[in-house]
Amino acid sequence: MSEPIRLQYTVPGDDFARAGEASADLKSTLKRLGLPAAAVRRIAIALYEGEINLAIHAGGGQIDVSIDDDAVEMVLSDQGPGIPDIELAMSEGFSTASAQVRSLGFGAGMGLPNMKRYTDEFAIRSTVGLGTTITMRVKVS
Amino acid sequence: MDQFVHSVTLEERLCNGCTNCIKRCPTQAIRVRAGKAVIAAERCIDCGECIRLCPHRAKRAVSDPLALLGHFEYRVAIVPPGLYVQYNHQKNQNLVLGALRRVGFDEVFEEAAAAELISDATSRILATGSVARPVISSACPAVTRLIRVRFPELIDHVLPLVPPMELAARMARRRAAEKTGLAPEAIGCIALVPCPAKVTMRRAPVGSSHSALDGAVSITEIYPRLLAAMNEGGASTHLATAGAAGLAWAASGGEAACLAGVENHLVADGMENITKVLEDLEDEKYEGIDFVELRACAGGCLGGSLQLENPYIARTKLRRMQRSVPGSYNRLPGGVPTEMLWDTDLTYAPVLELGATRGERFERYNRMQTILKSLPGLDCGACGAPSCEALAEDVVRGEAAVTDCALLRCRQLEAKLRAKENAEEGSGA
Repeated sequence: MSEPIRLQYTVPGDDFARAGEASADLKSTLKRLGLPAAAVRRIAIALYEGEINLAIHAGGGQIDVSIDDDAVEMVLSDQGPGIPDIELAMSEGFSTASAQVRSLGFGAGMGLPNMKRYTDEFAIRSTVGLGTTITMRVKVS
Repeated sequence: MDQFVHSVTLEERLCNGCTNCIKRCPTQAIRVRAGKAVIAAERCIDCGECIRLCPHRAKRAVSDPLALLGHFEYRVAIVPPGLYVQYNHQKNQNLVLGALRRVGFDEVFEEAAAAELISDATSRILATGSVARPVISSACPAVTRLIRVRFPELIDHVLPLVPPMELAARMARRRAAEKTGLAPEAIGCIALVPCPAKVTMRRAPVGSSHSALDGAVSITEIYPRLLAAMNEGGASTHLATAGAAGLAWAASGGEAACLAGVENHLVADGMENITKVLEDLEDEKYEGIDFVELRACAGGCLGGSLQLENPYIARTKLRRMQRSVPGSYNRLPGGVPTEMLWDTDLTYAPVLELGATRGERFERYNRMQTILKSLPGLDCGACGAPSCEALAEDVVRGEAAVTDCALLRCRQLEAKLRAKENAEEGSGA
């Protein structure tokens, strides 16, 4: 049993040029750790979607990653507006993104559904006015 | 064949141990040790980036000498489309092809002709959907090698066709044997190459168990010989067997432009750019792309480190030449023949992983992070590694010491000096 590896990233709000840095860094770290390529790809895609959400909707946030022998866990937390109806937010194609954000090619309403699809475990907790926490796990054993 | 055979090497006496090459190597394969650059064979992809940027000309490509021609009874030149536009005022391929016949080749075979057939084969493979989309071109061997060491999830997307140079050699050998009746070993198929990655293609092909080539002579070497032969003059005979479509392959974007019925393609060139594109493709950031053409050299093969002409001027000359030749000469009649297909799978070479077992990799990674915190983070390269992170990695691999960091040593010395001064002041009071 190896000692778990912990990584932390801060995602700035509304900075599209920097959204994607955390997932790129995590992907390169996981490759060096020799984790299964298919799992690494799913993790990178799920985290990228999460980063974009933090940048667009939450005014930024934090990502805590823990890597151990069995799984990679990613916890995305923010102090953003929160999600009033999680079920609706989880449905494909639903988006509250502004026209401006959509014009950049984001906000297609696939972020949360993709995060769920590409991970083995997905949990979301949100309180309107306080923020949202998403926990995702991908098995790597 | 050994997958770690290379053609990029170091001329040790010319290397002054500067940091230019270590900084720009796309696989971080170079370190400066004891004042000289050292290339890690398992990481090098022969892209030639270091050859291009070494200010001391200490990096070279080991290609074959032209004297190799003497080993064969019948000699065929495999001619890349970029060669014609190394020279001025070429209306078509005939002058250069004629000159090749006068410098010792019995026959010439144009890569551009093979390229036209590969375009047809690619269109057919795309139509069947048998390769995962987006399909990535396999024409640039440095790209294929980069995917092999860094992008395991994209291996299934690589087009399983041999590059034009290899196909040209296979066709040329067959035709020469039919025409002359000579034994295969008496026929020499010698490619004129624009880059070290193609020199390596002959010795350690990717996707093929063997290469039909017998040698690879650099364009830099053949250039003056051909120039002299062209100046001597001689009757211009019609030798061209390829049209504008095949010639297009010399420049970035040419391969993609030749694909019939493929509207959504992506073209990128230059090591840094293609790496970024491969990262994004791996993360599925683009949708609806059918074909991806990537070239390690900026400008495509015209930008190869063994070419002489400025690649952008060469491209202008190429366009002019394309306008004065027919569209294309070669069509693939039936299905895709086995001669064009890979016979060996591309497999992931995990050379960038931190250790042999997962336990070792995790332990090394954690140790690396601790070491990294003690390093200055300037990425100056003075230790011989391209960045502080790379030095930390070398330390955990047992290949370097933290004290290789010049700044850290300086600070330690300063601290010692100050401690000594303080002690002296204390005793003097």
